[in-house]
Amino acid sequence: MADPEAPAIEAEGLRKRYGKTVALDGVDLTIKSGTICGVLGPNGAGKTTVIRILTTLLRPDGGTARVDGYDTVRQAELVRYRIGLAGQYAAVDELLTGRGNLEMIGRLCHLPRKEAQRRADELLHRFGLTEAAERLAKTYSGGMRRRLDLAASLTVEPPILFLDEPTTGLDPRSRAGMWTLIADLVEAGTTVLLTTQYLEEADRLADQIVVIDAGKVLATGSPTELKATTGGEHLDVVVHRDDEIETARAAMTRVASARPRVERHLRRITVPVTSGPAALIEAVRELDARSVAIDDISLRRPTLDDVFLRLTGRLADADQSDATTADDDRLTSQGAAQ
Amino acid sequence: MSVPGTLVLPRPPKTRRARLRWTVADSLTITKRNLSHIRQVPEQLIDVTLQPIMLVLLFAYVFAGAIHIPGGDYREYLVPGIFVQSIFFTAGSTAVNVSLDMTRGINDRFLSLPMVRSAVLLGRTVSDLFESALSLVIMAVCGLIVGWRVHTTLGSALAGFAMLLVLAYAVSWVSTYVGLVTRGPEAATGVTMAVLLPLTFVANTFVPTEGMPALVRPIAEWNPISAAAAAARYLFGNPSVVPQGQLAWPLQHPVIATFVWCGVLLVVFASLAIHRFHNAAAR
Repeated sequence: MADPEAPAIEAEGLRKRYGKTVALDGVDLTIKSGTICGVLGPNGAGKTTVIRILTTLLRPDGGTARVDGYDTVRQAELVRYRIGLAGQYAAVDELLTGRGNLEMIGRLCHLPRKEAQRRADELLHRFGLTEAAERLAKTYSGGMRRRLDLAASLTVEPPILFLDEPTTGLDPRSRAGMWTLIADLVEAGTTVLLTTQYLEEADRLADQIVVIDAGKVLATGSPTELKATTGGEHLDVVVHRDDEIETARAAMTRVASARPRVERHLRRITVPVTSGPAALIEAVRELDARSVAIDDISLRRPTLDDVFLRLTGRLADADQSDATTADDDRLTSQGAAQ
Repeated sequence: MSVPGTLVLPRPPKTRRARLRWTVADSLTITKRNLSHIRQVPEQLIDVTLQPIMLVLLFAYVFAGAIHIPGGDYREYLVPGIFVQSIFFTAGSTAVNVSLDMTRGINDRFLSLPMVRSAVLLGRTVSDLFESALSLVIMAVCGLIVGWRVHTTLGSALAGFAMLLVLAYAVSWVSTYVGLVTRGPEAATGVTMAVLLPLTFVANTFVPTEGMPALVRPIAEWNPISAAAAAARYLFGNPSVVPQGQLAWPLQHPVIATFVWCGVLLVVFASLAIHRFHNAAAR
């Protein structure tokens, strides 16, 4: 691109519906070149639809998107020269070997035969697949398949990489490995858009996070910014007996800057607080005054779980059908700084 | 990271010529991929090998005794008919392969690459043509064993086989289209069989059309399968039962009619399929 300051990815008002289901309801996105953006949302939020539109696999019903300056509908072919796509459904050919897959992709990217072979070797080595190079991809483990998929998407070193839930279903070790690979790519200047259901993943990798739910962008910002919007720190209290939850809730409300959140099965009450350590001392006094026995009490920085809960009124990993009225909750928590 | 300066982003083709070259190159890459699938799962070939053998043997030994045709041996009449029927069935399996490819994750990978998209379909039809050729060789050998012979020149016989391959290629595009418009491989198989079974029987494949009822006979005589079978019989010099002046035009000029059919099917269904593939990709 001529202008290095121009955003790598730019989308305005993206809409898409499948029959009666609205998958995207006006999504805006701007991703700076050389950064990593995490699109965060529960299953069915519209994450994959965003990726499919940006990678030219899908035409939006409304809105426009530009990738590296090219329109994803009118200049789709030019876009495809600049992107790589890897995802949760590792798009590898199971009946080809690891090497066979990479050589085929190299050829389809129009590398000369020798170059495609050399590149395949290089990628196999870099992704730790040299040993398994001559085995059929269907014999690969989940982590190996995902690495092969990522390797395939890097065949021509695209400046922009799309990763659709790159670590969903991976064991912790493979997940950590994948994170390192992604971080290395960004280090080398690649722009990455990744979708994830894991707050930890977005928190750890992304420069910018876009929270989406039901086809709409709920919030955009750096992990720190998003956490700051939930207001200061959080105080977690775990009470000893079930019948003490209500008493404890009343006590905690007095130190809270917003409505307490209660997780009954954990006997845990969480409140955002503004005054940090002072609130902790105050909380201990209040609980003690009511003779509530506590198992644990801790002050912590807000996590993206707290952010997501505040934005949507439910936890990110909760099923869609559990959705409570998100707006009510948000209004309450914002206006509840009693 | 990678060795700097060794890899440059490929550029889109600028000229029509360059685009054509890449269409061919990409199609060959996909063809090679499909053929290496067969190497991994040779059972895929049962359809195109065992099935024709069984058809030749069944008809040659079960029906041959009961069916008599004027002016020749029934087996000599039958074998070219089975060639054509098998060509249709083999090419029909393309629908299943296309449908399977569409459901595999690899399709998303192909569509996100800077490759020529129609190469996915072109490569499929070319690799399936190899299957048809294999099937034809097996049937010819089988035919020779049960008593079928070529009575014309070598050139004419080769023309006959070439015509059958052209036919196979044209039919595989029809089949490709079926694979793209049906939902899933099972549906594709169902539709293909529902069309092909009656089509191959309401024809002169196994019996001459004279004996058919007045309603069915014109259908059978205009059926491309009849033209192809008659053309194959003509080119191989096998008995073809021609009561003068009675037959519909395609059966009077079977070779021309077959090529016309192939051209029409190819043009219509290749454009439909490619158009559909581009749209299906953007669903």
